[in-house]
Amino acid sequence: MAEVTVAARPEAGGPGRRPYEPARGRVGRLREGLRGYRLIVGMWIRSTMAYRASFLLATFGNAAITVLDFVAITIMFSHVDALGGFTLPETALLYGACSASLGLADLLLGNTDRVGARIRDGSLDTMLVRPVPLLAQVAADRFALRRLGRIAQGLGVLGWALSELDVDWTPGKVLLVPVMVVAGAGIFGGVLVAGAAFQFVAGDAAEVQNSFTYGGCTMLQYPPTVFARELLRGVTFVVPLAFVNWLPALYVLGRPDPLGLPGWVAFLSPLVAFAVFLPASLAWRAGVRSYRSTGS
Amino acid sequence: MRLYLAVAAGGFRRYAAYGTATAAGVFTNTVFGFIVAYTYVALWDERPHLGGYDQAQALTFVWVSQSLLAAGSLIGGGFQEELQERIRTGDIAVDLYRPADLQAWWLATDLGRAGFQLLGRGLLPLLAGALAFTLALPSDPLRWLLFLLSVALGLVVGFGVRYLLALAAFWLLDGSGVNLMATVVTIFFSGMLLPLTVFPGGFGEVVRLLPWAAMLQVPLDVLLGTHAGAGGAVRALGFQAVWAAVLLGAGRLVQSAATRKVVVQGG
Repeated sequence: MAEVTVAARPEAGGPGRRPYEPARGRVGRLREGLRGYRLIVGMWIRSTMAYRASFLLATFGNAAITVLDFVAITIMFSHVDALGGFTLPETALLYGACSASLGLADLLLGNTDRVGARIRDGSLDTMLVRPVPLLAQVAADRFALRRLGRIAQGLGVLGWALSELDVDWTPGKVLLVPVMVVAGAGIFGGVLVAGAAFQFVAGDAAEVQNSFTYGGCTMLQYPPTVFARELLRGVTFVVPLAFVNWLPALYVLGRPDPLGLPGWVAFLSPLVAFAVFLPASLAWRAGVRSYRSTGS
Repeated sequence: MRLYLAVAAGGFRRYAAYGTATAAGVFTNTVFGFIVAYTYVALWDERPHLGGYDQAQALTFVWVSQSLLAAGSLIGGGFQEELQERIRTGDIAVDLYRPADLQAWWLATDLGRAGFQLLGRGLLPLLAGALAFTLALPSDPLRWLLFLLSVALGLVVGFGVRYLLALAAFWLLDGSGVNLMATVVTIFFSGMLLPLTVFPGGFGEVVRLLPWAAMLQVPLDVLLGTHAGAGGAVRALGFQAVWAAVLLGAGRLVQSAATRKVVVQGG
């Protein structure tokens, strides 16, 4: 696919065109970044639609990959009534929430795993001279609309689980379900940005972040009671993936946390997402600042 | 033959060049191994002898499949994206002009790659699994020999399927859709998500006869010794060999249809 310059270059201020002026202030920069992101995303969507049959197959495949994940879980439950003390609808709640969160993060930021490849072939330099923040360009790079498939599938299973479960609904629990999906996406998004920053150090190691995103989701779709306590501590306090869906879902289901954390912790997911994003974005900035081009 | 050996060695060296990527892959396979192992422990605690395996055998299944995953390109990767790109850009015309057989050339590169990934990405996750859990690895060297033979046949079957997918690019041009669908099917029907012996009833019986079973389930059963006696192992290898022959033959047919379709432009 040929490189397409999306934003106007500084020198491209021809007649009738506003000369390029860098945005001032934090808000201005953010707005500019989002605008750049939107434009690049739009371009990739148009490019995807050039091969429409392939796009439809890919979207279907994207949903099907996770459907089969869920089919495997139902096959497990055809042999047992409960896994780690959790029934099928309870596990489906965990599964649907996590799958939707990861799908959302993957749609918006998933292609940050190409940073390493871009550093290697030098095309990151082209991005650096464009007047759009690098993170926005990297996140929108080869934007994959097919990932809607996974989100739709995750939300579908989540809906099924909620209809099957006999939950004692309170306003707090009702609020927690959408918050869980969005905050979960935020936490995975932070992990993806941190993974992108890591590629400045180890360009070929993009696969490591799969351990935390796809691997994390594989773990989170099963009840926490299945795993060893050291692992639970690790994903609660070190890489706080437990806040993606485990803690909120345990609260909705009215189950105690295996680590004995109090119930209100379930509402901390948005704060945790912010807490993950902060060091991740600092690491990203440090990565960009330390970047030395591979040369001509 | 010497040509194809050189091509295979090239495939091996090419993947050996990326040390960090290999280390990252080993890390990821090990993390996944631990996660899946814990869920299997929970499942086999509830239902001992599910699918005919005891818990140690189920855990062996987990860790050996993580070790074979990269070599078998079971979750994508491998040669087909490169070949599809060559078809899309037209570079395939150069390949067809070479005094080497297209299918044998790519089979050689893919086996070279798989050879490296079997060693580079296979040994360490299995070692980690063996240290953390009780596995049922056989001590009989003959069983290991049969296992390696079965892995090799499984790799050829995997190649056969992916070669057909790659050639689909002659008609579709963009291969990303079929690749994704193929990955889905492979993950599910190879036994990577759940051993195929756990699949219920008639569905399970059909699934165990499909070519994907030859990629992972059969090598693992050969290693675990679930096929009774030497006759069982020979039948298992025969099953793989039949699929390998059928798929390679189909690849040749599609290849001849595709090359008749190619129009080389330019001068």
